[in-house]
Amino acid sequence: MQKAIVLDARDNVATAIADLEPGDILTLKEPGGGSDSIQIPAAIPLGHKFAREDISRGSDIIKYGEIIGRATREIGRGTHVHVHNLESIRGRGDLA
Amino acid sequence: MRKERTFLGYSRENGTFGIRNHVVALATSDALNPLARQISQSVQGVVALTHGAGRCQFGKDHQQTQRTLRGLIANPNVASVLLLSMESTLAAEIGADIAKTGKMIEQVIIQECGTIDALARGIRKAAALAIAASEERRRPVPLDALTLAVECGGSDTTSGIAANPVIGKIADIIVDAGGTVILSETVEMMGAEHILAKRAASDDLARKIYAMVDAVEADAKRRGIDIRGTNPLPDNIRGGLSSIEEKALGAIIKGGTRPIRDVVEYGETSRQKGLILMDTPSGAIDGLTGMAAGGATMVLFSTGVGHPAGHPIMPTIKITSNPKTEVHFIDNIDFSVTSVALGLTSIEDAADKLLEEVIKVASGKIVKAEALKQLENGIARIEPSI
Repeated sequence: MQKAIVLDARDNVATAIADLEPGDILTLKEPGGGSDSIQIPAAIPLGHKFAREDISRGSDIIKYGEIIGRATREIGRGTHVHVHNLESIRGRGDLA
Repeated sequence: MRKERTFLGYSRENGTFGIRNHVVALATSDALNPLARQISQSVQGVVALTHGAGRCQFGKDHQQTQRTLRGLIANPNVASVLLLSMESTLAAEIGADIAKTGKMIEQVIIQECGTIDALARGIRKAAALAIAASEERRRPVPLDALTLAVECGGSDTTSGIAANPVIGKIADIIVDAGGTVILSETVEMMGAEHILAKRAASDDLARKIYAMVDAVEADAKRRGIDIRGTNPLPDNIRGGLSSIEEKALGAIIKGGTRPIRDVVEYGETSRQKGLILMDTPSGAIDGLTGMAAGGATMVLFSTGVGHPAGHPIMPTIKITSNPKTEVHFIDNIDFSVTSVALGLTSIEDAADKLLEEVIKVASGKIVKAEALKQLENGIARIEPSI
């Protein structure tokens, strides 16, 4: 039973399908074949995302093979990606 | 093979097919809501359609409310209508517009008699309509007679991973059979509109899709509002959704993969078959009501962290792929596709099972939102009233 899913080979994040514990080592199946082993340093709740690779500040966050936002700080491989380090770039009337 | 699938539906005089046979007590403005509810409570088989749209709406809101009321009356799941009105002018206008549906329409005008007599008259008329409607019989009709609304509420990331892809497969099956599917919730196309526009059946429709989403974003910018916190909502964020782009990319999957044949306004009925986009707000009650007015007879509704409500005249099948919601929200969940999220079942196999459930519900099996009376109607508004 998979504990996390990668939706598109281009994605730099994966989504947890179960609550992940610190130290968990997951095997991520990659769409189109292949797999990747990744260790989770801190807890990730079910449904939340983590980085598949190191992501630098200002880079695009990719899921479904599409841009879902921008990294607001450095994000290390295996760490939680959410509203604390990913910002939406659409509907931002506060920036207009 | 699927083209030959049938369900047991109600044939209407204007050539449409319903999956329910409701007598509706329709409040034409908010002041008639109590009367609609009292009549519905008093007569077996009568559904109250209430809403917050009051009198003195003007311009676009007036048009939208009037279009929606007429669309709800015309919905194929409605057998007949008791129109509840403050005064005679509006009642006559609506009555004239809906005569072509061929449905039995009765009316009660409260200013003529006051609440107590209006209630007595309403109950008497509603009872007669209910008895007449009970003589209608279901008969086999092909799957292409179905107009399916797809919706999500209380979404999380599992919605985009499993529940919406399974719903999307059903959408493709219905469209391929010759039926209609309505996808709405404009703000939840933001960040995914380029994918929809590529599937538009014409350049004009592609421009409409961009314009519809641009209008929402321009409104946020004009008002200086950051839509984060409104969409995604706090429960979406707890469910792991980080941005509107992520939510939208997951949400549009429930519309399937077929060409987009039309883009319509809130509550508008398209003349096209196939996949239709409707410009609605993202709140489920507003959205479902718009799609019911647009002719949808059933809803496939995905929920991640849990959403209880369905629409009073459209059976609303609640589908989740969140392993926790499947357990603690089971009272409101009709169909679980958790095994797809966990990689144990394919999207295709889950869709085959869901199609059987769709046919059962279309043929009369009630869903949990109907059994538990978790049903609500509400008309979206655009601007303030004066």
